Amino acid sequence: MQIAKEEIMEILQAYPQEQRYSLAILQDMQRKYNYIPREGMEALAEYLGCPLSSLYSMATFYKALSLKPKGEHIIKMCDGTACHIRGSARLRDGITRLLGIDNGETTPDGLFSLELVNCLGSCALAPVVVIDDTYYGKMTVEKLPGLLDTYRRGENT
Amino acid sequence: MKTIRICCGTGCLANGSLLVAEEFEKKISQASVDAAVECVAKRTGCHGLCEDGPIVTIMPDNICYYHVRPKDVDEILEKTIANDTPVERLLYQNEQGVKIMSQRENPFYAHQTKIALRNVGTISPDSLEDYLAADGYKALKKALTMSPEEILTEMERSGLRGRGGAGFPTGRKWRTAAGYDVFPKYVVCNGDEGDPGAFMDGSILEGDPHSVLEGMAICALAIGAEEGFLYIRDEYVHARRSIKEAIRQAEAAGILGDNIMGSGKKLHLSIVRGGGAFVCGESTALMASIEGRVGEPRAKYIRSVQKGLWDHPTVLNNVETLANVPYIILHGGASYAAVGTGGSKGTKVFAMVGKVKRTGLVEVPMGATLRELIFDIGGGIRNGRPFKAVQTGGPSGGCIPESMLDLPVDFDTLKKYGAMMGSGGMIVMDDRSCMVEVARYYVQFLCGESCGKCTPCREGLKQMLAILTDICEGRGRIEDLDLLEALGETMQEASLCALGKSAPNPVLTTLKYFRGEYEAHILEHRCPAGVCTKLTSFAIDPDKCRGCTACARACPVNAVAGTARHPHAIDAALCIRCGSCREACRFDAVYTEGRDLS
Repeated sequence: MQIAKEEIMEILQAYPQEQRYSLAILQDMQRKYNYIPREGMEALAEYLGCPLSSLYSMATFYKALSLKPKGEHIIKMCDGTACHIRGSARLRDGITRLLGIDNGETTPDGLFSLELVNCLGSCALAPVVVIDDTYYGKMTVEKLPGLLDTYRRGENT
Repeated sequence: MKTIRICCGTGCLANGSLLVAEEFEKKISQASVDAAVECVAKRTGCHGLCEDGPIVTIMPDNICYYHVRPKDVDEILEKTIANDTPVERLLYQNEQGVKIMSQRENPFYAHQTKIALRNVGTISPDSLEDYLAADGYKALKKALTMSPEEILTEMERSGLRGRGGAGFPTGRKWRTAAGYDVFPKYVVCNGDEGDPGAFMDGSILEGDPHSVLEGMAICALAIGAEEGFLYIRDEYVHARRSIKEAIRQAEAAGILGDNIMGSGKKLHLSIVRGGGAFVCGESTALMASIEGRVGEPRAKYIRSVQKGLWDHPTVLNNVETLANVPYIILHGGASYAAVGTGGSKGTKVFAMVGKVKRTGLVEVPMGATLRELIFDIGGGIRNGRPFKAVQTGGPSGGCIPESMLDLPVDFDTLKKYGAMMGSGGMIVMDDRSCMVEVARYYVQFLCGESCGKCTPCREGLKQMLAILTDICEGRGRIEDLDLLEALGETMQEASLCALGKSAPNPVLTTLKYFRGEYEAHILEHRCPAGVCTKLTSFAIDPDKCRGCTACARACPVNAVAGTARHPHAIDAALCIRCGSCREACRFDAVYTEGRDLS
């Protein structure tokens, strides 16, 4: 993917040149590109006058940031305790069986990424799966294939 | 004038309450010209009983409806709003089959005392007017007439202790920060609620954002701070939106900003979005994250009240702690201290989840017993299964067995038994939860979240995870249990921060109270709960099976065969041991047994 320098500068210049905004800026990049492009990180290091290594350590430390591009639809599988004891492991296996991807991976066609997340605060509806920003509560292995198909057919974009 | 309160907390939103709210708003605006009764629809924060959402409350009739769908809106408007008659089928039905009209009569709410959640679910979080009408910012107004010393004394008198889990006396923390003559000082709200299975703070931020801002403003007056930060978890989209709007409104109304209520005092608040790291809930890691660095804790030989953010005096309080502050200042520390136990004053909010019947958000006086929480409020275990354990305090807490259910929940009691009250997550487990697997789950969670700075936590968790995984998969050795205990003790002694020090708690408490389950895994290669797939095989009892086909339909790999109304059977060669059939069976016909590992 070609990343335009102007686009990156636009993200950077929304913030003052201070270290304290580095996380917020990286999050803005993540939102825009679905990952942190190398060009973005280099531009940020120059903008803040800090070593690239310190930004790299942040990008690998915080789970909200990713160095690899993610798929078009991000499946967040809640594996908080409430979801866990109500069978989220079963759902995870189900997704792996259906899509051939495990936590942190993206399907070869770039359509889906799977992320295991800790708790989405909807414990009453456990187990919960969130695709993009839509919550699917009381999820079962049975319902998974049909749900994923609606995304394959582009009904939820 | 009738008010329709539609719960728009995270749980109800996920259940589709937004569509219900939109339907009400649409219908009310259409009918407004000739409606006999004036009414207004209000989107509120969490009502608590998330299990039965979306929840709608009609005031002043005090009628509460559950599982409301957009198609129910017309009937509610016609019957309840226009004609004062309830819609029977949407009312709560208690265990005796009696329909219940108001929230107060519902057993889930009847035992609760709301202080921190006083406005959550009753006011519209987007409306400053609503908050003001509920005595909002009166405490701040009062605090402006008090000296910092008077505020500190009132806070100390209340006995309030930090609700994030550590339980440090809030008044003393403020007094220490107030004592340093170094400026600027900072006030920080910890909204990085990371414990899986906990959503107390998220619900307060979403449902009553101004109460947190007011608490921060009072703290700022007491210690002499003019700038503050709210560090809010990345996943809490609704909470961040709600707080952002509240700050905007409060500044526009002159309540916060350059001139607090005309007093000439200043307070600027800003939101910092978390990066998705559990350890950032630890105070020094959180401050490092606000400064734009990796969120690693530091050794606390100098406390952050002295040198916190950018090495300046900083008070960091949890969301729930701050939400209690306006109540204390307005009603006096003594009235707050009248609730609770000797060492733990006031109330505590819990997120009760897992295998309990009525899942949701509850607030009770400190000292309520686990039994009251789980059985009186939560209604006991779902599907009539037996209670096995309750896990409190998140990954740092412990698993408590049935014999200890009558212990009062406060800061000090559970600690004596190796568990802790923690921030308020409470996960209830039944006989189908494997305690070894639960311990493995928490260790795996912490292993991924350990920042890696100190060796005991980083390496200890790794080794514990390897051992627990071996046990869950049938490779455990009996001497591993001693090794787990030794590792745990080392981590408790030698880790740098509270995450590492408390990380072994789930392992040590399950070892202490559920040792037999570990031994069954190791010696008999059997998972008594039927959870560990490597040690479990599933079968159907032909005497109990009614041939309803539910299990066959639930099976993701078509391993269940049988014709309707005849006993079914599981093909062990196809079975992936996911347990979907057991979950689906309503006749308890699916059972588990050990597996021959040879």
